[in-house]
Amino acid sequence: MKILVPVKRAIDYKVKVHVKSDNSGVELSNVKMSMNPFDEIAVEEATKLKEAGKATEIVAVSIGPDKAQETIRTAMAIGADRGILVKTDAPTDLGGVEPLAVAKALKAIVEKEQPDLVIMGKQSIDDDSNQTGQMLAALLGWGQATFASKVDLEDGKAVVTREIDGGLETISVSTPAIITTDLRLNEPRYASLPNIMKAKKKPLEEMNPEDVGVEFSPRVKILSVKEPAKREAGVMVESVDELIDKLKNEAKVI
Amino acid sequence: MTILVIAEHNNDRVRTSTRNTIAAAKDIADKTGADIHVLVAGKDCAGAATGASQIEHVAKVLRADAPHYEHGLAENISNLVVANADAYSYIMAPGSTFGRNIMPRIAALLDVQQVSDILSVEGEKTFTRPIYGGQAIATVESTDEKTILTVRTTGFDAVAAEGGSAPVEDIDSQDDAKLSTFVSLEESKSERPELSSANIVVSGGRGVGSKDDFKLIEDLADKLGAAVGASRVAVDSGYVPNDYQVGQTGKVVAPNLYMAVGISGAIQHLAGMKDSKVIVAINKDEEAPIFQIADYGLVADLFDAVPELIEKL
Repeated sequence: MKILVPVKRAIDYKVKVHVKSDNSGVELSNVKMSMNPFDEIAVEEATKLKEAGKATEIVAVSIGPDKAQETIRTAMAIGADRGILVKTDAPTDLGGVEPLAVAKALKAIVEKEQPDLVIMGKQSIDDDSNQTGQMLAALLGWGQATFASKVDLEDGKAVVTREIDGGLETISVSTPAIITTDLRLNEPRYASLPNIMKAKKKPLEEMNPEDVGVEFSPRVKILSVKEPAKREAGVMVESVDELIDKLKNEAKVI
Repeated sequence: MTILVIAEHNNDRVRTSTRNTIAAAKDIADKTGADIHVLVAGKDCAGAATGASQIEHVAKVLRADAPHYEHGLAENISNLVVANADAYSYIMAPGSTFGRNIMPRIAALLDVQQVSDILSVEGEKTFTRPIYGGQAIATVESTDEKTILTVRTTGFDAVAAEGGSAPVEDIDSQDDAKLSTFVSLEESKSERPELSSANIVVSGGRGVGSKDDFKLIEDLADKLGAAVGASRVAVDSGYVPNDYQVGQTGKVVAPNLYMAVGISGAIQHLAGMKDSKVIVAINKDEEAPIFQIADYGLVADLFDAVPELIEKL
């Protein structure tokens, strides 16, 4: 079984975001970038399936600038066997490479690679759209199992437990299928130094947007990006009694 | 011009998130003069369809009743919506796990770039939405002919559940796509109010320390008639089930009162609760970032403060 894992280079999840002074976007120069955390979970899950003898090959795909090579190498250090980079200098967070276009590019790669499963993050932590996996499933006419917290592969199907608002839902989806990962699916490993070294020698193919028949011209215009309204700093209370008094008589919420 | 709102429901009743979404649709209708239709797709969903027809501002309810719509599987719901999409300029759903699962599938089938999680309606096709876990707010304009949206439910006060009297029209169901099947649901049973629409939320975090001690948070919530929430650490540590999680990747809440107990206030958590009307933080670490956004902060050991609160409330 071949598994395709799309990975995205995004702002590191620990970075405090700063809005550009001209309100055109978010400051990304000289900011630490990493693999989108949900994608790391996807790579880990694919690697586990390979270690369990259920998968034979893992292909990591990224769409982005030259530096997205690093993201693919990270995936390789965890367990991907080879990589494909669709190179573009269009912004990948806002006003450039949008989920629908990514889904179209991935569709072209799926048609070429013919994987049995695509495992990918449920959303990237920059634009927070949470769309690409579902869109790719739609374009391929495949089933989808989003927000996965548990994946069991059986003959011709995947049984997936999904984190939904009311609890945990388990569905069975025919393969090939798209699975998108939620936080509790697994805990990604730290790549070992030997594996990081080995990753440098794994094959990485580069493609252009034309090779996948996609143009990254945005359909949603970004008119402005602003800091959210700041909350006024509140007061410190000295005791439980004072807290209850404030809530009852000042805030009037209890 | 017409707006289609896809109802989130349990076949008997529509969920509050549907009424938040209709509120967003009403904001669009105010700018465009559009009518609002609601789609109820389910199995034996007459109850939900009747409920939808009574919601204010709804002009018509479409009902599709078939066994394969019972659990809201994305492949089946999206085929149904696409088959009926011609008549609609806008298609909207709540930004809940239900809406997030189905809407991008619909958008891709219609070749539309969806706008996720709108917080406000600024123009006919202009909306604000949170990005970077709510650390920034983008104002965006859709240029596609159809506009496909999910709605951040905390951004819109739910419209009234009663006052409408829309006709219910039965529509044809589409064939079962047979790509996925429902297996089971492990529902979090609770007598408490629903987390995403509760008036008061009491949340516990790392400071609570264990599953057993989390009962303290639940006792305080029960005393206040509140819903119970948790930080990601509390969920990852197994103190509470996943659907208690408040934050960027969990639920977004905006109650009248949010009490954060033993929660330090990581950016990811703040993204899920910072729009609450009044925020109370109880933490023994006076440096905890949660105090910077709390209206009332109490530096105290929660194991002293929470029992005292329960006793005195």
